[in-house]
Amino acid sequence: MAIDSKLADDLKSQGVHVTSFEGLINWGRSSSLWPLQFGLACCAIEMISATMAKYDMARFGAEVFRPSPRQADLMIVAGTVTKKMIPQVVRLYNQMAEPKYVIAMGACAISGGPFKDGYNVLKGVDRFIPVDVSIPGCPPRPEALLHGLITLREKIAQEKLIGQHRARHADPEGPGDLPVPVCGAHDIEPAFNPDVWNPPSFTRDASAS
Amino acid sequence: MTPDLPAILARLRVALPAATLTHLRNPGPSGQDSLLVAPDHLGAVCQFLHDTAELDFDLLSNVTGIDWPEPAQADAVAVPVEGTTPAACGFLEVVYHLYSTALRVGPLVLRARTVDRVNQVHIPSVVAVYRSAELQEREIFDLYGVEFIGHPDLRRILMWDEFLDHPMRKDYVAPDDYQYEPTPHDAVLEKAQQHYTV
Ligand code: SF4
Repeated sequence: MAIDSKLADDLKSQGVHVTSFEGLINWGRSSSLWPLQFGLACCAIEMISATMAKYDMARFGAEVFRPSPRQADLMIVAGTVTKKMIPQVVRLYNQMAEPKYVIAMGACAISGGPFKDGYNVLKGVDRFIPVDVSIPGCPPRPEALLHGLITLREKIAQEKLIGQHRARHADPEGPGDLPVPVCGAHDIEPAFNPDVWNPPSFTRDASAS
Repeated sequence: MTPDLPAILARLRVALPAATLTHLRNPGPSGQDSLLVAPDHLGAVCQFLHDTAELDFDLLSNVTGIDWPEPAQADAVAVPVEGTTPAACGFLEVVYHLYSTALRVGPLVLRARTVDRVNQVHIPSVVAVYRSAELQEREIFDLYGVEFIGHPDLRRILMWDEFLDHPMRKDYVAPDDYQYEPTPHDAVLEKAQQHYTV
């Protein structure tokens, strides 16, 4: 079904652009990712910086930070997610309309970072919401965020809209709202969402230790 | 300028003869001595330090807590100048740093101790004298479990309201949510062994 690339190039040189419906839709989606406007800690400063004139995230179609999750396609989790905050983060994620994507920006959002052993710090936002792109760093530079955004754009460009390997948002059987954790007496309950994340399980090589 | 603690102590003893005050010496390099105030006179002592024109301690810059499960450790860090009987059981301590912005004196370190760490964890609030204590006392209540009598709004501030523990206490047990680490050692190795086949 794919278009012969040589033919496509020939046509392009004549000013005719041939693409698939899927490619067109993915191109549109990847070129207008509207992030949700919220920041959680120091990483947010770099995120703000990336939107300003010097780094100019608008070049990649992601300049319109939306104040409402209903209008946003992309959640940039920029900063430390505390256990007290994660119910609100999951709720915001649920309120975003599909297709939606998540970038975990910085060591804290990925794993808890320097505060990993803190009593109120979640050891990675991927325990509750599916993360598409993780950007390491503490904080990642604005260029790293732009690189993460471009990586996400490439990922969206590869998405299938039909068939067995279609994207989550194109699948009518796909998951709906994620369960919102509850702040309990000693910890958040549950400590992670098993549908989204599970503790890594493997056997450590005894001879290596 | 560091405050002249013996002089302040002498003034306090004249003004408030009923208050139990102890001069605590700091044997460390900072040499920052402090004043142990019995909780029942803490409010009066703060009021006096605040209102007396020659002292004029108008700023409470910092309030923090310490958990002392072993009372002997507290006496090793802050040594009583005159002999006092050591506390029978562990206690919680609240530390106040007072400054005089006009006279440029400070910090004057006050300490107040609860009776124990379990039931009698009350300290009078100093919010009536120093408004800046309001949020900091809430934080100590949240993290150490000291109950401030007379605080206008004593609620948790960092942790959520349903939380029952006090995470900065020495005997706090964090939830067991160990996650893989590539090069575990010491205490982390023990945790790793509990969670993974080594
Ligand atoms: S990763 Fe570093 S810069 Fe980012 S929120 Fe955490 S501590 Fe701050």
